[in-house]
Amino acid sequence: MALEIDGQSIELDEEGYLVDLSAWTPEIAKALASGEDVELTDEHWDIINFLREYYEEYQIAPAVRVLTKAVGKRLGKDKGNSKYLYSLFPYGPGKQACKYAGLPKPTGCV
Amino acid sequence: MATKKFMFVNRKAPYGTAYALESLEVVLISAAFEQDVSLAFIDDGVYQITKGQDTTGIGQKNFSNTYKALGDYEVNKLYVEKESLEERGLTQDDLMDLVWEDEDDDWAEKPSIIMVSRSEMADVMAEQEVTLSF
Repeated sequence: MALEIDGQSIELDEEGYLVDLSAWTPEIAKALASGEDVELTDEHWDIINFLREYYEEYQIAPAVRVLTKAVGKRLGKDKGNSKYLYSLFPYGPGKQACKYAGLPKPTGCV
Repeated sequence: MATKKFMFVNRKAPYGTAYALESLEVVLISAAFEQDVSLAFIDDGVYQITKGQDTTGIGQKNFSNTYKALGDYEVNKLYVEKESLEERGLTQDDLMDLVWEDEDDDWAEKPSIIMVSRSEMADVMAEQEVTLSF
């Protein structure tokens, strides 16, 4: 699979995740989201940016439970719950948000 | 799902074989399924959690920072065998400062590393329901 963006071809794996994580740009995130009919809002970006920082620090994509807890701590209890995260990322906050953030699929995610 | 006491026993150096990284991945998966997970570091396994690892010379990913995420996964019982450290001329100061945050105590940081003697390690192992050795 590949994503065409600004005349460049970005390689994706069979599930739509970036093959080269260092190739990520915000434009790629927007393109991946629009491919799934999602328009990224500031609320989406809060989660995407959080995931990228988490990956930078720990070299892993966090499991949903870990993401939920960490979002609650950083962005407030009203956002640290699965209902809020699923409202932003209906295909699953781990899978879908990690995909847009250019991260691998979370470890333990099936 | 019923919760079981899982212990992952790590005896190998972090690089050179895939054991350490494979163990860490299974640990994260088990913790994601909310099992009661603890880790043991014995023999060369103690090198997995030493400070200042640098893999630039061997062209492998340095995954040592991932151990710092274990606290987020509520994996906060990392048993380190004192004798294994001593035999390698190491002390606890050579290990990373691995902590977890206690949500019920205003996110206070608490140490995850538990230093135990060889005989205490045997007692901890005897309490486990599932022991996996890497």
